[in-house]
Amino acid sequence: MEIKVFGPGCARCTEAENLIREVVAARGGDITVQKVSDFREMMAAGILSTPAVAINGVVKATGRVPGRDEVAAWIDDAAGPASDCGGN
Amino acid sequence: MNAKNTACCSGTKPNAHLNTPRGWNTKYLTVMTALAALWWLAYSRILPASHRLVFGLLGMAPDSHLGAALEFFIYDTVKILLLLAALIYAIAWVRASLNIERVRDYLAGKRRGLGYFLGALFGSVTPFCSCSSIPLFLGFTMARIPVGITMSFLITSPLINEIAVVLLWGLLGWKFTAIYVAVGMAAGVIGGFVMDGIRAERWLQPFIMESMNNAPAQRYVNESGQARKLTIRQRHIFAYGEMTSIFRRVWKWVIIGVGTGAALHGFVPENWFAEHLGTGEWWSVPAAVLLAIPLYSNVTGIVPVMESLLVKGLPAGTTMAFCMSAVAASIPEVMMLRQIMTIRLQAAFIGYLWVIFTLTGWLFNFLGPYL
Repeated sequence: MEIKVFGPGCARCTEAENLIREVVAARGGDITVQKVSDFREMMAAGILSTPAVAINGVVKATGRVPGRDEVAAWIDDAAGPASDCGGN
Repeated sequence: MNAKNTACCSGTKPNAHLNTPRGWNTKYLTVMTALAALWWLAYSRILPASHRLVFGLLGMAPDSHLGAALEFFIYDTVKILLLLAALIYAIAWVRASLNIERVRDYLAGKRRGLGYFLGALFGSVTPFCSCSSIPLFLGFTMARIPVGITMSFLITSPLINEIAVVLLWGLLGWKFTAIYVAVGMAAGVIGGFVMDGIRAERWLQPFIMESMNNAPAQRYVNESGQARKLTIRQRHIFAYGEMTSIFRRVWKWVIIGVGTGAALHGFVPENWFAEHLGTGEWWSVPAAVLLAIPLYSNVTGIVPVMESLLVKGLPAGTTMAFCMSAVAASIPEVMMLRQIMTIRLQAAFIGYLWVIFTLTGWLFNFLGPYL
């Protein structure tokens, strides 16, 4: 699983990155966390406000530092077989 | 090409773990009512309490400068922090379902004249961190929103927000608040017209135009891009999160701002500015604006200073022009915008701010006696 944290380096972006690293470390598993500060990459991902978080290319939150439980739930969602969401 | 439709699986499942939302709502309402009553009680006691603390418990002489400054400092700090906590929570509660992606999709395709107004309006109500200005600028431009409308947004967003309104209202009264908001909006709307008038998009960094020609207009669907029906509990979680995070960021600014204000208040004699530099020479306004543009302050820090400057006799227009330019632009911000704007566009942008705030200052110095 690949988690990206988008942010040019303001206080809230660092806060979001640290929080996600903590959740990931506590949880273990094969997860890479990457900090993205390149504006072109943000533009390609359609990020308008930072901090933003994307898991496996799906944008989960923008413009805010997500909650700890929220992040854990996203990771569970992305890890488990999401049976109710085949379709597209 | 970047539209990712994740409609079905990433939405938060409302209250899946909570069996009785109604029970929670009742409890929430009760606790909030109690908290509101407590808040009101505390708010109405600040002045007598700080007076007693300084002149009673600390035993300061009632007419000493230090005592006056200290009382002012304690009173204003506590008052502002209490106001901020309550109002940030309330405003965040209301705007929990508003986000920048929806604003962008709404603004795309609006007529220019209306677009500038809406851009400025959204700039003032959307939560915004200045480090987002570049992704926001790029995202808006990719959606084919004219540069002027984006500029309107970027000009008002640092100038007007709930914190500014709370502070101005609490310290300077509703009249000053209304004027400040009107001027900020006008600066945004006119800025939009000017930027499109000079065809500012010519002076963006070339890579932006290249990406625009290679990519279709972006519309973006994701978890936060959808209209969400929020429960009271979700609103509470959002509002509480906003309140704690904004509070953590601004409390030191309040203390610095009020501290500076208190020092001015206690130690600078009444009407000092009026006697020394505030006699309203025409050049004092553009000079003040020029001085303030590179300064960095945010609204939280500047408003308490504004109060003291006014009390000490600096004319209202000069004060407002100085403070607005300190908030609207700063050296770090300009350095950051360099990545997307060429030097000509930056010069035009700063030149515009200088002119518009100077005009504002002159106007209110002239109108000041009649307000």
